[in-house]
Amino acid sequence: MGLILVAAEVAGGSPSPLTLELVSHARTLGDEVAVVVLDPEADAVLPALGAHGASQAYVGRETAYREHLGQPAAQVVSALVDRLHPDLVLFPGTQEGRDLAARVSARLRLPVLANAIDVTKDGDAFLVRTAIFGATVDVITRTRSRSPLVLVRPKSFTATASGGPQPATEVLPLPAEAPLGARRLESVVAPSAGPGLEEAKVVVSGGRGMQEAANFEVLEHLARQLGGAVGASRAVVDAGWVPYALQVGQTGKTVKPDVYIACGISGAMQHLVGMKGSSHIVAINKDPDAPIFKLSDLGVVGDALKVVPALIEELRARGLS
Amino acid sequence: MGQLHHGAIGFPLRRTRLAPGSLAIIRLRFDVPDRPVRWGQFTQFREGTPGVKVAVFVKQIPDPTGVGRLDPVTHLLVRDGSELVLDPGDANGVEAALRVVEANGGEVVAITMGAERAAEVLRKAMAMGAGSAIHVADDRLRGSDALATARVLAAAVARSGCELVVAGTESTDGYTGTVPAAVAELLGWPALTFAKALELDSGTVRIHRQTPAGHDVVEAPLPAVVTVTGAINEPRYPSLRGIMAAKSKPLEQLSLDDLGVSPDEVGLAAAGQEVISAAPAPERAAGELIEDDGSAARRIADYLAELKVI
Repeated sequence: MGLILVAAEVAGGSPSPLTLELVSHARTLGDEVAVVVLDPEADAVLPALGAHGASQAYVGRETAYREHLGQPAAQVVSALVDRLHPDLVLFPGTQEGRDLAARVSARLRLPVLANAIDVTKDGDAFLVRTAIFGATVDVITRTRSRSPLVLVRPKSFTATASGGPQPATEVLPLPAEAPLGARRLESVVAPSAGPGLEEAKVVVSGGRGMQEAANFEVLEHLARQLGGAVGASRAVVDAGWVPYALQVGQTGKTVKPDVYIACGISGAMQHLVGMKGSSHIVAINKDPDAPIFKLSDLGVVGDALKVVPALIEELRARGLS
Repeated sequence: MGQLHHGAIGFPLRRTRLAPGSLAIIRLRFDVPDRPVRWGQFTQFREGTPGVKVAVFVKQIPDPTGVGRLDPVTHLLVRDGSELVLDPGDANGVEAALRVVEANGGEVVAITMGAERAAEVLRKAMAMGAGSAIHVADDRLRGSDALATARVLAAAVARSGCELVVAGTESTDGYTGTVPAAVAELLGWPALTFAKALELDSGTVRIHRQTPAGHDVVEAPLPAVVTVTGAINEPRYPSLRGIMAAKSKPLEQLSLDDLGVSPDEVGLAAAGQEVISAAPAPERAAGELIEDDGSAARRIADYLAELKVI
């Protein structure tokens, strides 16, 4: 057992939930967990990282890590991996994590595995589980290089506190000659960004079968009645019906609500990987052969545009406005 | 860059930024007291196609609406027997590259790495409007992982002389999503990823990068790599004329040797990992499937009540 390095992400002054999941799971893979935190607010997140099992933190506080995409962080993380030779490096499977892991892979000629849903130790190597073909096939890959880089999907592990102390800290300076690359000029927050999609107990999601953007109003109504949040398939986000914040799936959010209600969603591979972990799945779709029905606990072959308004009326009759 | 032709005069000129393919005629006036005014004239010409040379990565994949299969022994994707298509995400990349060139002048070069048949997707990209194509085809590439793929594609880009690379965010079959940023790192270029809008102005690329909360405005000078999402555009269909024209557009086939990439660095043997099993995922318990005869809403409400959601 050796050293596991975790690339941490900071969101609003806290470690991202995914970061804590990775640090917690890393404890089962090695006897020492180190984190690398590159963010102006890095110091603020160290207690939480320590409490989840990180004993050593490598910290960079330059604003360049927020202002520039990938390149500055890749140089510093690559130099660190090259120095420490960790058994394994875990990256959050986010947009930033992907860019970073890809660059470290290219710099150090190390393999990168993406979309992991489980990582276990196997002798000197690691077994990495991924789900392909709409999460219908489980693939297990065995690493065979030093310091493999693994990108992990959100909610693959549970964050559990170990009660550890604040980690020992070493500051990593950003080399002055480092090329910074693409610069972030501004961040625009979409006003309709749906809060709580990832935390909601009930998610009501719509796809192409909703026919047009205006019909998402009925999904919002149903979600309100059930105290839930609205989600969407990539197809309707790409069509511009709803903002990207609502997208559930591979490049969108991963949700695991108590109930997921899929309305007019056929169940493309990249959608299923984002909602497969839901405790209960209800699907409404016109096509009896839609892949979504293979996952659903209750499937309704029918037009979502008729069934959802009828359901709203039914719930109203049962006292939910 | 600039070349002086006839009429050049003997003092250094300030460096001018002349677009490739354009011609400047510069006249100079010499005023000497008690002498007639004299004029000097020279022209400056920059060779090459005007505008920007844009590479677009394309991949041939089994029809994503079909059922994917893995070979039980090699665990590689089975391509025989499936209909092979241009990855839909790459069609957005081709469209984005064409729009950059339509706005700025220049040329789109479609690049793929793959088996013999993968040339079909290059013809499709050229039917949409790409001017030429590069096909890296070499049996030794079979089973290459994301890093090896990035090394080959980076070498192809360097050889092509392109200064902008456009790619889909991830392939629809493998969805690793690390190849474009790895190519950027190998070339030492910035990568502007997850673009839902893209523009090029005076050598600066600017994108709207999708974020969980909205979007970020991100920019970088050329050369650069951009990855696009499906939200960026609606890809055009090739016209009949485009399809006919594509047949005679230049398609260059390259081997590893042509690119100077060592065979030891690619293929199944060089991959830093091996697939040891691929098995059906544990199925969820078989669910209830009903036809909506008008009573489905009541059944769903009952189910939600059973789960104590209502």
